[in-house]
Amino acid sequence: MITSRLLVGLVRALVGAHARWIGSLPSARQRIYFANHSSHLDALALWSALPPQLRDTTRPVAARDYWGQGGVRSFIADHGFRAVYIERDREHREGDPLQPLMDALDEGDSLILFPEGTRSQEALPLPFKSGLFHLARRYPEVELVAVYLDTLHRSMPKGSVLPVPLICTVRFGRGLHLQPGEGKESFLERARAAVVELA
Amino acid sequence: MTIPSGAAMQQLSAQSKFWWVMAGVLALLLLASAVGAWLHQRSLARSGKREVVDNLNARIRSWWVMAALLCTCFVLGRGATLIFFALASLFALREFVTLTPTRRGDHLPLCLCFYVAIPLQYWLIDIDWYGMFAICLPVYGFLVLPAVSALTGDVENFLERTTKIQWGLILTVYCISYAPAMLLLHIPGYEGQSLLLMLYLLLVVQISDVLQYVFGKLFGKRKLAPLVSPSKTVEGLVGGGLSATAIGACLWWITPFSFWGSAGMSALIVLSGFFGGLALSAVKRSLGAKDWGNMIEGHGGMLDRLDSVSFAAPIFFHVVHFAFM
Repeated sequence: MITSRLLVGLVRALVGAHARWIGSLPSARQRIYFANHSSHLDALALWSALPPQLRDTTRPVAARDYWGQGGVRSFIADHGFRAVYIERDREHREGDPLQPLMDALDEGDSLILFPEGTRSQEALPLPFKSGLFHLARRYPEVELVAVYLDTLHRSMPKGSVLPVPLICTVRFGRGLHLQPGEGKESFLERARAAVVELA
Repeated sequence: MTIPSGAAMQQLSAQSKFWWVMAGVLALLLLASAVGAWLHQRSLARSGKREVVDNLNARIRSWWVMAALLCTCFVLGRGATLIFFALASLFALREFVTLTPTRRGDHLPLCLCFYVAIPLQYWLIDIDWYGMFAICLPVYGFLVLPAVSALTGDVENFLERTTKIQWGLILTVYCISYAPAMLLLHIPGYEGQSLLLMLYLLLVVQISDVLQYVFGKLFGKRKLAPLVSPSKTVEGLVGGGLSATAIGACLWWITPFSFWGSAGMSALIVLSGFFGGLALSAVKRSLGAKDWGNMIEGHGGMLDRLDSVSFAAPIFFHVVHFAFM
């Protein structure tokens, strides 16, 4: 609790993380927030931008190879924002890599997901990986909300250690659902377009 | 012209002068809040100017906070004042760089600006090293930043990128640091009171901004530079500028100046502050924004509040330096 408060305060002081609700409003209904991914601060910034009562039930999906290796990062991920770990390394995978995400959704939590799977250096996101599609198909009642993080690729680009304290605005776009009979490619392209239109 | 009964006031200690000025500021703020509340009541009855009144009241609330912060700085002394302005520079630079498109290759120069240049500049004031304070960023910073930038090997729009970072650094760090740099002025017969010169500068600049806004809203007809800053009017500039100069002149007893000297200095501060606001509006528009940020309720960002200070402070400093040292 105190860790979370401190963490949010620090993130706010450093990168602002102001929320702008453009296409949707804050809501307690179960959601998957999906956003462009350009820095290690992304999950923290998006999570900090949520209203406090939503933060308690919203968990960022974090790469085990970065956040789950012990030390300060793991402490932040476990006690700060209650990360859901995903295994990116194929050799360490056992069973369905999406299983931890589905467990969290089954418990009623909302998720923060970066469907590019890796950080991009550009302002616009890379093509999305299929995880979002599988979750959308499996959980049709969960609302998918597009989010765009605007300056973090400049604050802390890939390969840098120190963040430049720029003001990041977190833009929340419209919610979407998988259409009946919609294929994987067209759904992922539509989801990516929803993020791009916020840029 | 009989000089206001201030000859005795000029002999007061820095402390008493400061509290007299603060009493005046408190009276002004109380008056502003009362007028704000009255306008609010009136706007509830009639529709129309609602937004202007709400924005006015937000501005007045922020003024209370800013006055309280400044007061705290004075009570805590020079260290607190320097930290306060270092943070103001940091927030202003953050707003500037946020609106400026930067690339991967700018990361290291930007880190140097935020984490080295700001502490260094204010530290130089603290150790009272005027020579280095005056040239550190314009000479060494000017040369080091592009050198570091070139090392990263990113040549796309190199000149534009370097220029923008350079400009932001000088404006938000170097120029703003001139306000607390009044500490570097050791004027004979005015020892230990130089923070009052900073108070004088800030009061005249901000009162001028406020009065230009008020005169503009009340009597403004002819727009001065509609494309750059639609809210600036000739009536606002003349009415607000003259009254701010008059108020500044009446504050002569907190300065080492005579009454008329103080009037001249205030006119200089008002004019340079005006051009600061105008030039920075133009920069802001060329970056495609209306406000620099949203840190200060009703005003916009830190730079929206400090734009006139960033121009007035260096000019005021060097004129005083030239006249007295």
